[in-house]
Amino acid sequence: MALTTLCYLLSTVAYIAYLFYQKDYFQRTGLYLLLAGFALHTAAIAFAFIQSGQIPVRNLYETLSIAGWAMAGVFVVFQFKFQLKILGIYAAPLVSLIMIIAARLPREPAQTNTLFNSFWLVSHIVVIFTGEAAFALACGVGILYLVQERALKTKNYGFFFRRLPDLELLDTTGYACIFVGFTLLTIGLVTGFVYAKSSWGRFWSWDPKEVWSGISWLLYAVLLHGRLALGWRGRKAAIMAIIGFVILIFTFLGVNFLLQGHHGEFTRQ
Amino acid sequence: MPDIVNVGLNHKTAPVEIRECLAFSDPEVDVALERLQKCPVIDEVLLVSTCNRVEVLLTTESAAAAIEAVKDFLSEYKQVAPEKFNASLYIHSGDEAVGHIFRVAASLDSMMVGEPQILGQIKAAYQSATRKKTSGVILNRLMHRTFFVAKRVRSETGIGDHAVSISYAAVELGRKIFGSLEGKKVLLIGAGEMAELAVEHLIRNKAGDIFVANRTFERGVALARQFHGKPIRFEEIAEHLQQVDIIISSTGSPGFIIGPEHIKGIMRGRRNRPLFFIDIAVPRNIDPEINRLSNAYVYDIDDLKGVIEDNLEDRNREAIKAERIIAEAVIRFRQWLESLSVVPTIVALQKKLDGIAAAELDKTLHALNHLAERDREVVERMTQSLIHKILHDPILWLKREGHDNDRSALLDITRKLFKLDEP
Repeated sequence: MALTTLCYLLSTVAYIAYLFYQKDYFQRTGLYLLLAGFALHTAAIAFAFIQSGQIPVRNLYETLSIAGWAMAGVFVVFQFKFQLKILGIYAAPLVSLIMIIAARLPREPAQTNTLFNSFWLVSHIVVIFTGEAAFALACGVGILYLVQERALKTKNYGFFFRRLPDLELLDTTGYACIFVGFTLLTIGLVTGFVYAKSSWGRFWSWDPKEVWSGISWLLYAVLLHGRLALGWRGRKAAIMAIIGFVILIFTFLGVNFLLQGHHGEFTRQ
Repeated sequence: MPDIVNVGLNHKTAPVEIRECLAFSDPEVDVALERLQKCPVIDEVLLVSTCNRVEVLLTTESAAAAIEAVKDFLSEYKQVAPEKFNASLYIHSGDEAVGHIFRVAASLDSMMVGEPQILGQIKAAYQSATRKKTSGVILNRLMHRTFFVAKRVRSETGIGDHAVSISYAAVELGRKIFGSLEGKKVLLIGAGEMAELAVEHLIRNKAGDIFVANRTFERGVALARQFHGKPIRFEEIAEHLQQVDIIISSTGSPGFIIGPEHIKGIMRGRRNRPLFFIDIAVPRNIDPEINRLSNAYVYDIDDLKGVIEDNLEDRNREAIKAERIIAEAVIRFRQWLESLSVVPTIVALQKKLDGIAAAELDKTLHALNHLAERDREVVERMTQSLIHKILHDPILWLKREGHDNDRSALLDITRKLFKLDEP
């Protein structure tokens, strides 16, 4: 696990070097290091899964680790799809940060009665996390969009103007991230409902996490609708993507710490 | 030794009115080449004519007479009085002429330094010359070196990468907004050299439909034809804003032509696709307030200059690099040119000795009537081998590397020593 984090950290360093020096080999190094980290990470999670016979989300440490893993994976996919090289400057540090926070948490699995090995639960968790990683990326792309748009509007042709890609690419990538994220979130919620029905006998139980997930889902639904029906794009879409992700972080962590509910087990320390 | 001479004018030395008068169309270039070649003082000749320059590149044994011949030809063929363009002409010869053509092809002499089009134009000019067989050993070699140097400058310096002019700046900004300019529709309001250059640049970057609006519709029609675009009336601008992506404005209007009120209403219909305004006019035509609206970007002439000046320092450094490449190539070419003139000297030397031998052989064999055919052949062979042996060392010496600086003097002495220049 330490090795994984090290890979992510070195990747971050390479991406920062890329940002400043604009040499392609820094970017490639960063990407390969991230890929190496991701491979190690995948192996570690698979190992934990096989060892315990259940998906490793038994405490906050494991949950964050899964989140970091999904983030890295989604970034790699989008990187190859859109060739948005500079995005690594957002993704690599974010993954590293998640892993560092995770590393400082206790590793003892919380004692629970539930066994995390139902098909519906596993797909619920994996799909939701991947979707959230896509939203995280959308947020990052949104931030880059706002920075580049500001450079263009204020005619400040400096550091970021030269290094960031064009608005069109950022906008399209952001849209793709939201679209993928929304699809996965929807599937994730549905699998969650199915699992809830099978384990508690009801689809929806007004659990705070459910409510906030619903709010996030609605927000992204509005964003997508605005885009498709009204042509919202650019700045507005970027800001919405950022707000959406903030709400999502709250749904992910805030709800567990501040409110009570049956999702609490995942973050128990 | 033949001299290389360049007679021409460009955007720096001549205003557009004069350049227009002297510009040659492609068929005219062919005719001009034929006419120039008939001129006895001109050996090889090449004619480059673009919207920014007219240049005649030639080789001659008497530079002064050739220059006069070119001036006379231009004045007569184009029906322009010589005094109208004489002051705008520049004349280079020798190394200067070689360096000049290198610099032109490498786009260091262009209005937009680093623009790539000029190399293609020079290649076309060279093709015309080869087709008309007006280029020979020297110009062929010179042009091949020119293409090589231009490519080297392009690949080894950053001269072509930078936004080096207003229109390049416009394209670069457009790329930051749209990514690719392919298929983006352009509206040109008004006219003017800079605006037209910008439109040409956008077209070269595969921009889509071009609309041209002008206060005088006829002028708009003419401009639209130039860009294969569509002329629209001035009153139609507002409704066309709905569909175009890039607006270039360059009119003499004293106030704003387009304000925020024109844009607010149409953004929804455009599904918020970005609008990119390039306002070249002074005073400005586009209300800068539009820049505050979402997905609308307005740049005036000063903003565009900002893009260029950011790169000025880089560009100067790159230009120095390019000049070094060119200086090196000029020296190489001169060495080649000088070595070339060794060959005629050697040929003349051989001819002279062959002539002496043939005359003496004739006389001797006349007196030796009794010799058999075989014996005569032996004597002839001996004469040949004598000439060969005598010339061997001098020829080697003439051809030897190392006396690049005084080779022409050396050739001069050789020619005088053997009286090669007199029949």
